[in-house]
Amino acid sequence: MIPFDFDYYKPSSVEEAVRLFESLRQQGKQPMYFSGGTEIITFGRLDYLYTNAVIDIKGISKCQMMTFKGENLYLGAAVSLSEIEEANLFPLLTKTSSEVADHTARTKVTLGGNICGKIFYREAVLPFLVSESEVVIASREGEETRPILDVFQKSLQLEEGECLVQLVTNKKMIEAANISIKRRRQWDTGYPVITVVGIKVDGQLRVAISGLCSFPFRAKEMEPFLNDTKRPLEERVSLAIRHVPAEVLHDSEASSDYRMFVLKNTLLDVFEGLEMEEVR
Amino acid sequence: MENIGDSVIRKEALEKVTGKAKYTHDERTKGMFYAKKVISPYAHAKMTAKDTSEARKVKGVRAVITGENLPLIGEEVRDRPPIATDKVRYHGEVVALVVADTPEVAKRAANLIHVSYQPLPTVQSPSHAIEANAPLVHENVAEYEKDEGIEPIPKSNISNHTKIRKGDIEKGWRESEVTVDESFSFSPSDHTAMETRSAKAEIKANGSVVIDTSSQAPFMVKKLMNDYFGIEVGKVIVNTPLVGGGYGGKASVQQEILAYIASKAVGGRQVEVFYSREEDMITAPCHIGLDAKVKLGATKEGTLKVAEIVYLFDGGAYSDKAIHLSRAGAVDCTGPYKIDHVKCDSYSVYTNHPYPAPYRGFSHSEVLFAFERTMDILAKKLHIDPLQLREKNAILPGHTTPTQVRLNRSTIGHVPKCIEKVKKLINWDEGELVEVNDRIVRAKGVSCLWKTSTIPTDSTSGAILTFNEDGTVNLMSGVVEIGTATKTVLAQMVADRLRIDVRDVHVRMKVDTQTTPEHWKTVASRGTFMAGRAALAAADDALTQLKKIASTILRARVDDLDVGNGRVFLREEPSVGLEFKDIAYGYTYPNGNAIGGQIIGRGNYILRHLTELDPETGKGNPGPEWSVGAQAIEVEFDRRDYTYKMLRAASVIDVGKVLNEKSARGQVTGAMSMGLAFGGRETFVFDEQARVLNPRLRTYRPIHYGEHPEYIVEFVETPHIDAPYGARGAGEQGLLGMPAALGNALSTAVGVPLRQLPLTPELIWRTKEGIGE
Amino acid sequence: MTKVAVTLNVNGEESEVLIRPADTLLDVLRENLGLTGSKPGCLNGDCGACTVIVGKKPMKSCLMLAIEAVDQNVTTIEGLTDATVQRAFVEHFAFQCGYCTPGFIMNVHSLKENHPEADGETIKSWMDSNICRCTGYEEIEAAVKSVLYGGQEHHKR
Repeated sequence: MIPFDFDYYKPSSVEEAVRLFESLRQQGKQPMYFSGGTEIITFGRLDYLYTNAVIDIKGISKCQMMTFKGENLYLGAAVSLSEIEEANLFPLLTKTSSEVADHTARTKVTLGGNICGKIFYREAVLPFLVSESEVVIASREGEETRPILDVFQKSLQLEEGECLVQLVTNKKMIEAANISIKRRRQWDTGYPVITVVGIKVDGQLRVAISGLCSFPFRAKEMEPFLNDTKRPLEERVSLAIRHVPAEVLHDSEASSDYRMFVLKNTLLDVFEGLEMEEVR
Repeated sequence: MENIGDSVIRKEALEKVTGKAKYTHDERTKGMFYAKKVISPYAHAKMTAKDTSEARKVKGVRAVITGENLPLIGEEVRDRPPIATDKVRYHGEVVALVVADTPEVAKRAANLIHVSYQPLPTVQSPSHAIEANAPLVHENVAEYEKDEGIEPIPKSNISNHTKIRKGDIEKGWRESEVTVDESFSFSPSDHTAMETRSAKAEIKANGSVVIDTSSQAPFMVKKLMNDYFGIEVGKVIVNTPLVGGGYGGKASVQQEILAYIASKAVGGRQVEVFYSREEDMITAPCHIGLDAKVKLGATKEGTLKVAEIVYLFDGGAYSDKAIHLSRAGAVDCTGPYKIDHVKCDSYSVYTNHPYPAPYRGFSHSEVLFAFERTMDILAKKLHIDPLQLREKNAILPGHTTPTQVRLNRSTIGHVPKCIEKVKKLINWDEGELVEVNDRIVRAKGVSCLWKTSTIPTDSTSGAILTFNEDGTVNLMSGVVEIGTATKTVLAQMVADRLRIDVRDVHVRMKVDTQTTPEHWKTVASRGTFMAGRAALAAADDALTQLKKIASTILRARVDDLDVGNGRVFLREEPSVGLEFKDIAYGYTYPNGNAIGGQIIGRGNYILRHLTELDPETGKGNPGPEWSVGAQAIEVEFDRRDYTYKMLRAASVIDVGKVLNEKSARGQVTGAMSMGLAFGGRETFVFDEQARVLNPRLRTYRPIHYGEHPEYIVEFVETPHIDAPYGARGAGEQGLLGMPAALGNALSTAVGVPLRQLPLTPELIWRTKEGIGE
Repeated sequence: MTKVAVTLNVNGEESEVLIRPADTLLDVLRENLGLTGSKPGCLNGDCGACTVIVGKKPMKSCLMLAIEAVDQNVTTIEGLTDATVQRAFVEHFAFQCGYCTPGFIMNVHSLKENHPEADGETIKSWMDSNICRCTGYEEIEAAVKSVLYGGQEHHKR
């Protein structure tokens, strides 16, 4: 039960959504874009956030897009994770997102919602980070397509009023050998201790990680060591894990030293899994 | 016609699959008010101010209650303010209540109450609590009003000490050639029934207090409302419909008190107190934690000689049931073994954790984790097979329990038979440890179990059977239908005794303390025993009445009559008789004259020969019987990652008699699942200030579909002669040995002794690698 | 507080309800329509006790605003009559306290509608959206499998 009240808007175009946001702002309101809305509903109940106007973007066809155009796959921000899994146009994304929350919740959780969420795992972004996808962002000035690696730093860096519309991924990346591994505190339920996503492009391994630090990241600093084929595998992994970009999480899911232990093994599994992929 | 033992489908099955089944929170009345709690964000703090002025201004707010002028409450020690006034002692404690027209308004107003806290140092564990310089959770523990026999230690965190002194401990050690000395611990956790707690209260014009509550103990609510607030017992009416799971957690009385206080503050209008999942986990009583030390001595051949034990139960912020829980842990402080010399000191200790409610098994799974892990460690030291060690020392009729009860063939189940069966079921002879490849091993672990029910010596249960005009009967019992299908089993018993079809026994599911005969509490696996005896007595009473009226009409002696197929008939000539429907509502002669009246059978039962425990030695008869069992689990363990899968779990429980096969199996597998979740994943995670970091199901995770092992269940039937059909308890036993068996299997798999719960990969990794927290 | 009037289609019937846009579908089903079969277990999308079917998909009604359900068909446990899933749950003893049961049944019913031939993996992936605290899932597993692929258990776990 959400204790505060809000007005509900359901625009049918990106322009209308952005304009609405702007005008609500000018009226002194605190609007929020609402996609799956699961975080607004649950965090609202807990008073972790407040809004008095929600703009539901599920009625916008661009945000519901799920198609290849030429060499690129366009995925709308308001597509639910379960729709993504069923269509399975981006197998690595299917694998990664199908481990988020649970099946029923994923009929509501959307791609944009997961990526822009406050819950910091944002695992659905990992395949896009390794694929070096592009994001389409709408603002008052119109729509702009930008590389995700520029825009996603810890979280998606959006100005107030900007709205994530789509993610655009090149076919070559989608077809690259890939792997997604999620390790949990215990058995098959719950948040990750860590999730590692990897693809191999032009012989080079790219890795993105969630759960290790308080944000998901593309492991650019670690990749040179992982790709240093002159060294034995164990050593490459050992060197790579010295280059984690921020403080390692220490919380109720896992301690920081255990997370590092899991990271090391998971990276070894990434190599093993990708080799098997290539053989296949 | 179905018989005792058959899998009769539960009486309320169709209600439950159609969404028509009503639970407490499903029933609303127009004009009802809603209460919202304000809870403490600190585990231990002084409250310097409570500013409620903003909250009171919100439109629709009817009352704001801050807890002054309320009596101290608690079941054995009155140490708990219903709403904290001066200081808070646990994270989640209620510090104010807002009553309003709608839940939204109540919540909005609750958010506007500003409480100023001055944090105090916290007590983080029972071991910490007994340190000399530990902060005091209660400054003047000795001054509280308390029940006879409770002895808090002044100026300490110890609320009670139960002593078990059996045999001669020194002699035991002298006779021992091999000894082990082990320590174990785990933090509090939660019951997480899917239905969160809720209650509604209303005060009528004549002063009657009507409470609807999601409770396992509506009759206890009645009693406590009298104890705490002086309301005449006859004026407390407690209604309990179906309950969405309890597992002991709803045997504590908390939500009812808050609802009553809230109603009183608004002139007796009906007020509902509903618990969010977070409040249900941390504000409401939880599952107890324990720090344990177990020392065992045995001969070289493996004969147990002595057990010396210290249990420090994490009593949390308030005593309530903690003292009773610590006493139950002392009563069955060992596993089900013959040990001549036993010393146990069991303490209930205050900490700044949520306070405990009973939890399925009432301290037994907790104590057995410590004891049965120690048995495995002893077996390794003795180079004896752990199952063989258990079999060799199994307690038998003629032996005595730690409280010196001499057992007979009725009062104890058959431990060796359970061990023998479980050994086969888990394929024990294959070996405890099987290497699958360089990373993976399969490992097995076992545990024995026993349990008696340390319930009050004068606990009673009653049943009423009323007949309908068509010869069918209505069964009323004070047992709450919490999911155990007990009321269906009672109907099976009544049908069997009256020799009618079980479909002709209509069961009243709802309990109403004004019209339903009392059943002490729906806990301790005592439903089929006590309520069963009462129901059978009621059936016998009805039969006597039926035969009496039939004897008049048939002009035959009562003892020449028999019953069957809904008839009373002449034993010698069955064709001469009367149908129940012709006499159940009185009999009318052809000329219109009538005799008799509605047949109303009544029956009750009170436990026999139970005694209080001697304060110095613990000697006494705590419960009617000991049910026993043996359990095992096989895991697949990854030696690189320290992760594991639970492959198969087996239980052999001596239930005395299976009354409803599928229900019994369901009770056992459900309990096993809960025990494995407790053993493998569930715990409250506390921060350094004793705040619970995971008070929701996203971060506190019960077992989900697909994580469960394959279950193997078999029963042994050693009758408990006092019980209906010889049946023993079956609702808790499946849980009791699971944490220990899992601990034993994983200790074998990893090759180091594991001493904590839950057994997560991180804990195992840390233990094996010798890495501190 | 501004309430809005909306029309919801629940169990094949249209009802006009006056709601706050912040009301969840679960709130409105229970409070406005009296359909208390959907249960609040966590109000956080974690337990599945409030599962209903929206369109053809299972939905945790605590994770959806009622206003989002306008123009969609909502089916609650009260909308099922003698469905094979309901019968299977009874026959297999797939519940005890019954509180999680409506949510489980709606999820299984939706699974059956979407994937009548679901394999063990798909079943697991759908079913772990709901928590049952009473059973050890064995009976639920048997009930679910009995209504998929004609009850033949030719899948792997």
